[in-house]
Amino acid sequence: MRIISSFAPLVVMALISVLLALGLRHDPQNLPSAMIDRPLPAFDLPPVRAEPDGLKRADVIGEVAMINVFASWCEGCRIEHPVLMRASRAGRVPIYGVDWKDDRAKGAAWLIRHGDPYTRVGADINSALAIDLGLTGAPETYIIDRKGRIRYKQIGPITDNIWIDTIEPILRKLEQEGP
Amino acid sequence: MTQFRAFLIFIMMFGAFSQTAYAALPDEVLADPILEARARNLSKTLRCVVCKNQSIDDSNAPLARDMRLLVRERLVAGDSDSQVRDYLVARYGNFILLRPPLQPNTLLLWLAPAIFTLLGFIGFAIFMRRSKAIQAEQIKPLSPEEQTKLAKIEQGQEK
Repeated sequence: MRIISSFAPLVVMALISVLLALGLRHDPQNLPSAMIDRPLPAFDLPPVRAEPDGLKRADVIGEVAMINVFASWCEGCRIEHPVLMRASRAGRVPIYGVDWKDDRAKGAAWLIRHGDPYTRVGADINSALAIDLGLTGAPETYIIDRKGRIRYKQIGPITDNIWIDTIEPILRKLEQEGP
Repeated sequence: MTQFRAFLIFIMMFGAFSQTAYAALPDEVLADPILEARARNLSKTLRCVVCKNQSIDDSNAPLARDMRLLVRERLVAGDSDSQVRDYLVARYGNFILLRPPLQPNTLLLWLAPAIFTLLGFIGFAIFMRRSKAIQAEQIKPLSPEEQTKLAKIEQGQEK
């Protein structure tokens, strides 16, 4: 009895250490998205670039596509931009841009300066689409399947590694799914 | 006494000012004071998803502002408080609520204070019982040898 009770603090401490170690592996910034597998909400955004395109829900539906939320004020967007440019040049997947909470002229200038990987671009000035998507910040990227459902959400910049390890396999899987 | 009353008034004024200091931005405030009060109370229960540990009422993040406006828009459109909350939960999950709802996966969270209080009481009871047992052991009657020894000490024959 005495031996057991003298080891008790050690055991309790060990349990707490295990709990804390597990806590370290859990990144609270990685929020689960409530929108996964849900249909893309309706939206109709005004254009950003010189061409009068804009972006609405119907533009995105039909093939596997990506919606990338960016802004001229967004630092992380500059990091992922070359990755999107490369994918766009290779014609890998249509990428639609949402210029979020941004001055439209600044957004357009940013695209001229850093390159424009987008099939269409729309401006979301009052976060109407952002809140409908469950957006938490920029950059954020959504992968949409053929039926128009949100299947994956990338929070933060897409690096080359994230593209190869995460994005590409999801795109391939969704492309293999029937129409 | 008058001094004390003045002090009280001063404290109350201070409270009133601190209320307005945290208010939504002037251009967001609704004309209807009842709706505005509902919007403020609702905003205090909603998490700013940019800053994580602030309510959208406290936060000055642009997204929090847009959410405050959305809350007001929906209240004006006639939504109930819980409809507005559900609207945001549908998009952001329970994470958007600063006060987690009572449901199977949060049961442990909500019961934890009661469980730990109970454990504390049990620990305290065990401790009390043990110290009583030790006391009981300490005041058990002297053995015959001890008694003769004590008697000798009392007579001053031994130190």
